[in-house]
Amino acid sequence: MTRVIGSRLLSTILVLFGVSLVVFLLLQMVPGDPAVTILGSGATAETVAALRTELGLDRSLPVQFFDYLGGLVSGDLGRSLTINAPVTDIMLPRFWNTLILTGAALLLCIVVAVPLGVIAAHKQYSIFDRASMMISLAGASVPVYWFGLLLIGVFAITLGWLPTSGMYNPRFPGGSGDLLAHLVLPAIAAALVPLAVIARMTRSVMIDVLQQDYIRTLRASGLSTSSVLWRHGLRNALPPIVNIIGLQVGYLLGGVVFVEVVFGWPGLGQQLYTSITQRDIPVVQAGVLFIALAFVIINLFADTAVGLLDPRTRRKVGA
Amino acid sequence: MNAVTGAVGAGRSLFKVRRYPAGGPMPTEVAAPKPQWRLAARAFGKDRMAVVSLVVLLLVALAAIFAPLLTPYSPIAGDPVDRLAGVGTEGHLLGLDGQGRDIWTRLLYGGRNSLTVAVVPVLVVFPLALMIGLFAGFKRSRAGEVLMRVLDVLFAFPLVLLAIALSAVLGAGLGNVMLAIGITLIPYMARVAYTATVQESSKDYVEAARAYGANPLLLMFRELMPNVVVQLLVYATTLCGLMIVVASGLSFLGVGVIPPTPDWGIMTADGKNVLLEGIYHVATIPGLLILVVSLAFNLIGDGIRDALDPRKQTS
Repeated sequence: MTRVIGSRLLSTILVLFGVSLVVFLLLQMVPGDPAVTILGSGATAETVAALRTELGLDRSLPVQFFDYLGGLVSGDLGRSLTINAPVTDIMLPRFWNTLILTGAALLLCIVVAVPLGVIAAHKQYSIFDRASMMISLAGASVPVYWFGLLLIGVFAITLGWLPTSGMYNPRFPGGSGDLLAHLVLPAIAAALVPLAVIARMTRSVMIDVLQQDYIRTLRASGLSTSSVLWRHGLRNALPPIVNIIGLQVGYLLGGVVFVEVVFGWPGLGQQLYTSITQRDIPVVQAGVLFIALAFVIINLFADTAVGLLDPRTRRKVGA
Repeated sequence: MNAVTGAVGAGRSLFKVRRYPAGGPMPTEVAAPKPQWRLAARAFGKDRMAVVSLVVLLLVALAAIFAPLLTPYSPIAGDPVDRLAGVGTEGHLLGLDGQGRDIWTRLLYGGRNSLTVAVVPVLVVFPLALMIGLFAGFKRSRAGEVLMRVLDVLFAFPLVLLAIALSAVLGAGLGNVMLAIGITLIPYMARVAYTATVQESSKDYVEAARAYGANPLLLMFRELMPNVVVQLLVYATTLCGLMIVVASGLSFLGVGVIPPTPDWGIMTADGKNVLLEGIYHVATIPGLLILVVSLAFNLIGDGIRDALDPRKQTS
């Protein structure tokens, strides 16, 4: 198992190298000269040239990239073009806020979707199965930003149960209760699509598992339905489900950008949105990098978990 | 014909093999089990959800194309006097938005942009991804493998995030958004074509054809490609459904189509501002249409997949 994790770590490092290369190249894709963008079109050729030297833009691309990479390793992501601060200082606190929102949404996904899928598989073709699968089919097509607005309209404005936006009450910033009240709606909005997909996957995996011989044997030997379903059935369905959950985190992290914009949640996504409108590319790069980083690491965990749950997969990865 | 009978046929035709020069037409007994289009079309026709979805989608597309015939108003100029009038207002069935523009009209004209931005990149990337997948998956050359590994790196970025990042650096506008979405789709579609090619290549008919020395290029394009195209087609249809949501989302964030050009995502964003005043119709109507169109694409994709599945065709 250690060898498996070792080889996964190695490939993760390679992926992270590729990720930073792509993020670095994003800046190169910006049309026009960044120095001119910063200084405005009225700048003289000398000042532009001076800024190019200062930003290191006059060097070759590989040199620039390894410089950027060196900065990354030491936690230096450059300076923001609009806020006079290092990008890392701006993004780190927001990264935690995004993790809180994503974590809550992920928890919601797992707690709702997996039992839903298991019960639907158990009662295949029942009304419960058909209804929940129809809803999750539609749920998988829902635009996150629109669903967020619906939630605000219904629960925050019409019913007035929950706050419309933000992370804490601006006048009386309370403790965890305040945070929780602000967290409910964005977490539901972010969770909807992955929840629908995970529920459908869980159902189809469980249907396959429940048709296998050992399940029939367990049933015939008089084990209770719940034990067959939850202890023996789900246990063997878990590896593919964990895989799907890991991949759906990608959709979750992408969707969180919209959710944060709609709900004014002070996370990476909201900062990304602000920086995009201001064309503050270093901050955009950092936002993309942080989110990709989170995605890669979560999938590393998911893969390791699958390896722990299903010994058969270990050999394949280690080879 | 399925893979099993194909293999049996290959055995039977052993004596015939000498009559065919290497690279010539394959004996019919070893020919690939080609997708049965007529059977598939009949199976698709029986799938009520898929047919309804197809009709809905055609209606939406036709409504967008013939927008000027269906509304007397302009999608851009509004009448500020009646701004935010609700659903069912006389002359404005779906009401007016914050600038007094007719929402029905903007939905019609917006469909042109929203559908184009979502579907065109998928169509353009389709042949490109098909070629990448076929060459990398069939020949298994070093270059192909390296290309697939390089594309793998892009999977480290959530799809939506990559699209946002690319359109952010390229700048807003119809062409740039399509470019951003197209680049985002390449690894996903190429991966599906690649996996389908690898799977098909290991089947008996390919083994048989290789064994008797068929021209690899002919084998790839004539026998393998139709089966890969089918799998990619199912995926592409589903992707169109996702891209409707993503492309409108980019417009919602302001990195997509540039206002005042109508677009379903922009319309939803317009509605966001008046939502806090308790006026819901401006934001909810376009979003609902995005949902319906996306769902229709997904159901059609499911329908095609089931229709092409031989196990479900006969039933």
